[in-house]
Amino acid sequence: MASDATSDITKRDFLYVATGAMGAVGAAAAVWPLIDQLNPDASVLALASIEFDLSTLSEGQSVTIKWRGLPMFVRYRTPEEIAQAKAVPLSDLKDPQTDAERVKEGHEQWLIMIANCTHLGCVPVGESGDFGGWFCPCHGSHYDTAGRIRKGPAPLNLIQPEYEFLSDTIVKIG
Amino acid sequence: MSGQSGYNPTNPVEKWLDERLPILRFSKEHLMDFPTPKNINYWWTFGAILMFMLVIQIITGIVLAMHYTSDASLAFDSVEHIRRNVNYGRIIQGTHAVGASMFFFAVYMHIFRGLYYGSYKAPREIIWILGVLIFVLMMATSFMGYVLPWGQMSFWAATVITEIFAAVPVVGEPILVLLRGGFAVDNATLTRFFSLHYLLPFIILAVVILHIWALHVPGNNNPTGVEVKTSADTVPFHPYITMKDLFAVVVFLIPFAWFVFFAPDILGHPDNYIQANSQITPPHIVPEWYFLPFYAILRAIDFDMLFISSKLGGVIFFGGSIVILFFLPWLDGSKVRSGSYRPLFKPFYWLFVLNFLMLTYLGAQAAEGIFLLLSKVGTAYYFAYFLLVLPIVSRIETPNPLPASISESVLGNKGE
Ligand code: HEM
Ligand code: FES
Repeated sequence: MASDATSDITKRDFLYVATGAMGAVGAAAAVWPLIDQLNPDASVLALASIEFDLSTLSEGQSVTIKWRGLPMFVRYRTPEEIAQAKAVPLSDLKDPQTDAERVKEGHEQWLIMIANCTHLGCVPVGESGDFGGWFCPCHGSHYDTAGRIRKGPAPLNLIQPEYEFLSDTIVKIG
Repeated sequence: MSGQSGYNPTNPVEKWLDERLPILRFSKEHLMDFPTPKNINYWWTFGAILMFMLVIQIITGIVLAMHYTSDASLAFDSVEHIRRNVNYGRIIQGTHAVGASMFFFAVYMHIFRGLYYGSYKAPREIIWILGVLIFVLMMATSFMGYVLPWGQMSFWAATVITEIFAAVPVVGEPILVLLRGGFAVDNATLTRFFSLHYLLPFIILAVVILHIWALHVPGNNNPTGVEVKTSADTVPFHPYITMKDLFAVVVFLIPFAWFVFFAPDILGHPDNYIQANSQITPPHIVPEWYFLPFYAILRAIDFDMLFISSKLGGVIFFGGSIVILFFLPWLDGSKVRSGSYRPLFKPFYWLFVLNFLMLTYLGAQAAEGIFLLLSKVGTAYYFAYFLLVLPIVSRIETPNPLPASISESVLGNKGE
């Protein structure tokens, strides 16, 4: 009789666990849409790539454009700025990257990056700071003329999106 | 303690109701006859003030929501519309905005009262934990409320605070996008914040009910920290405490009304009267005053610790400064509740208060030079108070003798 009861309990246990597991899967499946609706919707994703005409800028100028809702810096760098960025030894950098890695070959005057400080997302001010690049007023991060972090709490260089040059003057971002 | 009931309905309608839904009995026991220590002082009135403030925020908030538009292109103008066109809108909006500050002022008083009189100790740990939970919910609510007017400070507060989540390794970035509903703070962020800003105060209300339920099991602590022994130690809640609380609310309303009528914007930031612009950050962003101490802690960590980046480190300390409060009942081992009888505890407590005020001041200053250095010192003491001072002091201290009962302390003081 004792063994009977045990086998009975085991069978029931299995049914309980199986039912519970199915219930949990069902509940998770029902909850997922409620969470996923928080993610970017189709209209936000539809803006995922843009084209920008660089011929509107002259040397030493920069603009802030909008890409996926984010501000983006497009800077036409002067030869001095490029030389300054190239002269920096990698050992001086918190997030080591050469100037060449920050631009596309043959288009090294164009620096394209997301304008949010990698610390907590403020938009740094151009042509300022201790390194002649950008300075973030929020908590004092300094970036150089290649947008690399040099001083302050930000952990990384200004982030660069995927982009390619469709011609010498048209760049596709995203 | 809540067992003895003075409710004996004689009227047949009341009797009929009492057998079906004993709501009058419950009210009589908990809102009128509830035995309350007779020595509680004015620091004990902030609980009632907080209840009052929650009701004020809910009523004014519901009215504002009738005129407010949670669309990124219209939100800023709709708040101006409330202030300029809606009948009495200037006062209703001002009451809600100033009310948030008054609410936080009261909650800080309430928390520091608890810290001094040891109200977090057994058997009141759950009351304290629910209180910390309410504090966290209040911070979330007011943060999201502050985003609603969609000014420059709203926008950049939303950006910086959501960005904090991106510091979490691996899942940080997807969580950030999930919270914002986009790659940047935008319309989707605003609409969900409005929805949650409407919801959270009601969740707070529910937790407040649990908080008071938990309070009504052991009853109130008191300035001596000695438990109630006989009914000679207590007075009924009504009319003694109800009237005292009401008086405190009236006094509290004086500065509140002054702000609303004479300086509704003085606690805010002028940049929030510039519409949100995702391309330009204001040169000096500061949170609302009631977040400043925690903001100072966030910014104090500007150095890497082993494999933890300064960004993640700041977030850990910021979160830790609040999470640590949940553990306080087990960090302070002293059996004596009230700080008044703890000679060694007292100076450290007041240093903690001063340190908290200093962090508030520092949170509003630029994070550089001496300010940054002091923020680090302040952060260190904040954590040391909980992790070193309280555990050690409670082991080595010899407390002063406690009065035998609440009655004795009250009458004894008179007699001396
Ligand atoms: C825990 C209670 C609450 C707190 C701490 C709180 C806090 C805040 C804060 C700080 C603001 C920004 C005020 C400004 O700068 O103009 C705000 C705005 C707003 N709140 Fe609340 N709130 C609370 C409850 C509610 C409730 C219950 C509702 C609605 C049911 C509500 C609806 C609104 C609306 C529509 C706005 C935007 C209009 C405005 O900016 O004044 N709030 N809230
Ligand atoms: S957001 Fe740029 S330094 Fe903090």
